[in-house]
Amino acid sequence: MATDKKTIITRGLFKENPVFILMLGLCPTLGVTTQVVNALGMGAGVIFVLIFSNLLVSMLKSVIPSNVRIPAYIVIIATFVTIVEMVMHAYAPSVYQSLGIFLPLIVVNCIILGRAEAFASKNSMFDSFLDAIGMGSGFTLAILLISLIREVFGSGTITLFKIGSFDGVIEIPLLYTYPVRILTLAAGALALMGYLKAFFVWYGNRKRG
Amino acid sequence: MFYIGLFITYIFISNIVLTQFLGLCPFIGVSKSSESAIGMGMAVTFVMALASIITYLVYHFLLVPLNLTYLQTLSFILVIASLVQFVEMVIQKNSPSLYQALGIFLPLITTNCAVLGIALINITEGYTFMQSFTAGIASGIGFTLAIVLMSNIREQLDMAPVRKSFKGVPIAFISGGLMALAFMAFDKALLANLLG
Repeated sequence: MATDKKTIITRGLFKENPVFILMLGLCPTLGVTTQVVNALGMGAGVIFVLIFSNLLVSMLKSVIPSNVRIPAYIVIIATFVTIVEMVMHAYAPSVYQSLGIFLPLIVVNCIILGRAEAFASKNSMFDSFLDAIGMGSGFTLAILLISLIREVFGSGTITLFKIGSFDGVIEIPLLYTYPVRILTLAAGALALMGYLKAFFVWYGNRKRG
Repeated sequence: MFYIGLFITYIFISNIVLTQFLGLCPFIGVSKSSESAIGMGMAVTFVMALASIITYLVYHFLLVPLNLTYLQTLSFILVIASLVQFVEMVIQKNSPSLYQALGIFLPLITTNCAVLGIALINITEGYTFMQSFTAGIASGIGFTLAIVLMSNIREQLDMAPVRKSFKGVPIAFISGGLMALAFMAFDKALLANLLG
């Protein structure tokens, strides 16, 4: 493929953003975005799994027979997800607790299997690595945006990591007293996703003229 | 009585799509026509019930005695993937008409997070064998209910005047949000009133 290295990275961020444009990986996008810290943890987990699964799939692309490739990819992905689970359990137990079931569910996140199938199985290891960085960051940016909107307006706080005396929670004066509670609930999350998607469709159409 | 409660809980109160955000991809992707929504719902219910049973057995009779519980994600996804493959082969061989109805949906189910999700929920909630099975079936029915309702809404929306940028997926999400809002009426208090 004649795509240069820079496009491989940047297209995952905007033009082919996995969440807003390709509509992949929707469950964690809405499930863990009630707090910013969860979105960061989820993003880090997905980037890690995506990089290593893309690298390994690309490395083994001539070894894996094509009719058992999907199970093989799933085993590769599940291995790295298990590693992420164990590392998070040991070093970030609070994030591990609040991500809960969505952490093991990275296995069935369609972004990862999708990139393994659509990109890593056809391209060199370095290109697959860049693709993983681009797509992973695109996913992280998207869930960060959603979690910022949901947490700032829904509970009037921004929850980050605990550092020293700072307890990790920033309170936003007016919104903390009168939050738009619906955004933290399932209904608000789905509707917000709809409006964001509509915005991106509108923006895409406008740019094309 | 407990089982009725479990049923109502997983169909309405903690509906797997509308309150737990699992299985959103097919909820948006396969809900364009009510026919395919029913097919997908039935296939998911079937696989979920089987997967609940088998993951229960794998977890309690294989992983726990061998002290390998950290392999649960890896083993569950393998079990589900091979189960789906197996079900597909059995149906194809024995019941061509059922295969025609469900066939194209089966491969999609492996990556449906609702199936793996309910298997993991069963383990974290500490359900017994029968309770896992009930939760599996009830979640499947809950999924079917949500996706069929959604497909009917979308068939109506196709004819409605919708702004260009909202057409298709965005308006589907917003309708899903409104459905979730309606489902909030089903809560624990309602269950307590029903079962006394």
